[in-house]
Amino acid sequence: MPVLHVENVRKSYGGSSFALDGVSFSIEKGEFVAIIGPSGAGKSTLLRCINRLIAVTSGTVSVDGTDVTKVSNSGLRILRRTVGMIFQHYNLVNRLTVIENVLHGRLGYKSSLSGTFGLFSHAEKMRAYELLQAVGLSEQIYQRCGQLSGGQKQRVGIARALIQDPTLMLCDEPIASLDPNAAKIVMDTLRDINQRLGITVVANLHQVHAAREYAHRIIGVNAGKVVFDGPPSLLTLEIIQQIYGSEAQDLMLAEGELHA
Amino acid sequence: MRSFDFLMRQRLAVGLVFLGILIASYVAVVVTEYDVVKGFQSIPKAVIWSSENFYPDEKSLKRLPKIIAKMQETLVTAVTATTCAAFVGFLVAILGANATRPHWVFSIVSRAIASLFRNVDVSAWSLILLFSFGQSMFTGYLALFFVTFGFMVRMLMETIDLSSADTIEALRATGASPSAVITQSVIPTCMPQFVSWTLFMIETNIRSATLVGILTGTGIGNLFDIYYKSLNYHAASLVIVVIVIAVLLIESVSNAIRRVVLQ
Repeated sequence: MPVLHVENVRKSYGGSSFALDGVSFSIEKGEFVAIIGPSGAGKSTLLRCINRLIAVTSGTVSVDGTDVTKVSNSGLRILRRTVGMIFQHYNLVNRLTVIENVLHGRLGYKSSLSGTFGLFSHAEKMRAYELLQAVGLSEQIYQRCGQLSGGQKQRVGIARALIQDPTLMLCDEPIASLDPNAAKIVMDTLRDINQRLGITVVANLHQVHAAREYAHRIIGVNAGKVVFDGPPSLLTLEIIQQIYGSEAQDLMLAEGELHA
Repeated sequence: MRSFDFLMRQRLAVGLVFLGILIASYVAVVVTEYDVVKGFQSIPKAVIWSSENFYPDEKSLKRLPKIIAKMQETLVTAVTATTCAAFVGFLVAILGANATRPHWVFSIVSRAIASLFRNVDVSAWSLILLFSFGQSMFTGYLALFFVTFGFMVRMLMETIDLSSADTIEALRATGASPSAVITQSVIPTCMPQFVSWTLFMIETNIRSATLVGILTGTGIGNLFDIYYKSLNYHAASLVIVVIVIAVLLIESVSNAIRRVVLQ
């Protein structure tokens, strides 16, 4: 059974055009999938349809065999806690400390009451500390997130997702706001959790070279449609041009500079 | 040749607005029979009169304990009304903000309530409430509460939408319950703004409370009114001095709190 199955998903924000226009694919356990495409292609919408941060207009999405589009509110909470997510802008509570932000990842397992009062067990705090050690932030656990660098913030985001014990990890442009060094650390961490922990990773990436380097499989999206789905070795120049349309030229230039 | 009529028209529009303002002022002067020259000439006279009569003398200092007691009463009313309104306002703002509302209907209701309470001036609220509650501290308290409540709802709704939308999304994605999202993300994120706006409203309300007191016959405002109307200018000026000192004091205290909270 695939970890994630998306079938004929359409999403319209009102009006006649579709942000997603009949998207279908299946992802097996342990895959590292990159979704690439130009800005506005629907990558972010697609990712958010998977854990129903955005409701689909039609079609089905199932995670581990559960239909996300039909599940009840309490069922949705149970489903979301096994799906980790990290964001381009990290989405951390900047005024809280690093460890508090990591513990937020446990909120899906809490009753409303203990979640509301932020009551976490010693075991959970220990786990948060271990995860922070694993991503190299054991020195910063009591620092406010607002004081961290972008790369450090994203690693806090990864720790917050990992403490959920996810089977699936959604990454929305995880390195788009990072410098190349920090981006490499974040992508290496994602590869590590994919290979060592067997967590399925689905990442929206704007950078073709990162997708090529890290993903087992690339899905190309343009104007809400899947235009490519295959291993990085099949991603030829013509296909990149097809995916990115008019943006391709700029992209090639940027890529060239990077490899020069 | 390219025509730049657009720029010309724009300049013309500015000129017309300016001309309109001039005409409106002239009409106002004529209707109210305001003598511009005499108006400006009376300023020095006012200054001279003030310096001759409007200062605290030795006799008025005997009234200082009474004035300070009334000032305290007014301060306490303003602070209580503001903090209560800020708290209730925060709850309504959470219900009304786009990022946290349970249903879009709450947004519309919250927004409507906020503009009603905020756009009616505090003095108008005092007069309206006088009918129901008479001349009492409670009338003033309610008037300050209403205006502060409207203001806080409006400002906090914007704060929530602007500053916590990202973290709300992240916490929802972990499967957190709606109430956990609010206590773990919205409240910590908005706390500095909440404290800052509350302090701002306390400062504003201490000034407003003086005016409200004149209307509702309570507190320091009423005391000023009594002295002033009984031609006891020395005592009235002492009241003003006490108010100024109180306002400056509160402002420095609230600035100190802000420095600690906002860092």
